[in-house]
Amino acid sequence: MLNQYAGVLILILLAVGTTVGMVVAASILGPKIKFPDKMEPFECGKSPLVSPRQRFSVKFYLTAVLFILFDIEAVFLYPWAAIFKQLGWFGLAEMLLFIAVLGIGLLYVWKKGALNWE
Amino acid sequence: MGIGKSLGMEKGLGENVILTKLNDIVNWGRKYSFFLYPFITACCGMEFMSVAGPRYDMDRFGAALPRFSPRQADLMMVVGTISHKQAPILVKVYNQMAEPKWVMAYGVCTVSGGFYDNYATVQGIDTIIPVDIYVPGCPPRPEMVLDGLIKLQNKVQSEKFSDFPKGPSPVSKPKM
Repeated sequence: MLNQYAGVLILILLAVGTTVGMVVAASILGPKIKFPDKMEPFECGKSPLVSPRQRFSVKFYLTAVLFILFDIEAVFLYPWAAIFKQLGWFGLAEMLLFIAVLGIGLLYVWKKGALNWE
Repeated sequence: MGIGKSLGMEKGLGENVILTKLNDIVNWGRKYSFFLYPFITACCGMEFMSVAGPRYDMDRFGAALPRFSPRQADLMMVVGTISHKQAPILVKVYNQMAEPKWVMAYGVCTVSGGFYDNYATVQGIDTIIPVDIYVPGCPPRPEMVLDGLIKLQNKVQSEKFSDFPKGPSPVSKPKM
């Protein structure tokens, strides 16, 4: 009766033997070396631990504010362009006025030197 | 430490037939079971997809499986331009790879900087990590990559236990 299961037993032994054999062979034959850079957690090549209080130039502030300003302009332009035909000449005049105001602002910051990084 | 170093086998036995045969068998296993780490940064990546795909089929050479953790990879394929901004990342990934490890410089940008002869580009990744095989071309044809892979396999077959571990990249700070 139990003889029927001898094949299963052999299969289990072979499977365990192969697995253990591979792990043991790898641990004996495989070259190993440990150093701090290698033992760090893998973070796609970046350092996994950095200070959250990193400093960056205050010039980014002005750039960011100006970017948001002209980004909003683009945000307004898209829906305006989508219903341009319904709005007709009135819509065109309104938008040109809006862009003109922003254009004056752009000239102002340009003249003030806000677009120069240095 | 490999068996050769840890047991002092090569020192004691020299080119003994047992050790060299074991070496041959291990190298035979290694050369047909590359696990890739695809460090792909630029346009050569398209060609890498082609060579990894079914038409050119790197699987035939045992180098099929891309691993996205360097812990599981042993062949780093540096595919595409490496800028100086990217260089520390490349070095770190190389350092974090499991031993034994090999590096293939894929495409002329990794080999020598290519036509990016400028301040932003690393002029050949062999200036920062050891490279085992160079496959130039812009981009290299898949046949060239396969040829390079076969040459790398031949190189692996001729390696000794004492060639490993390779350890950290020479440019990384020694904090041993």
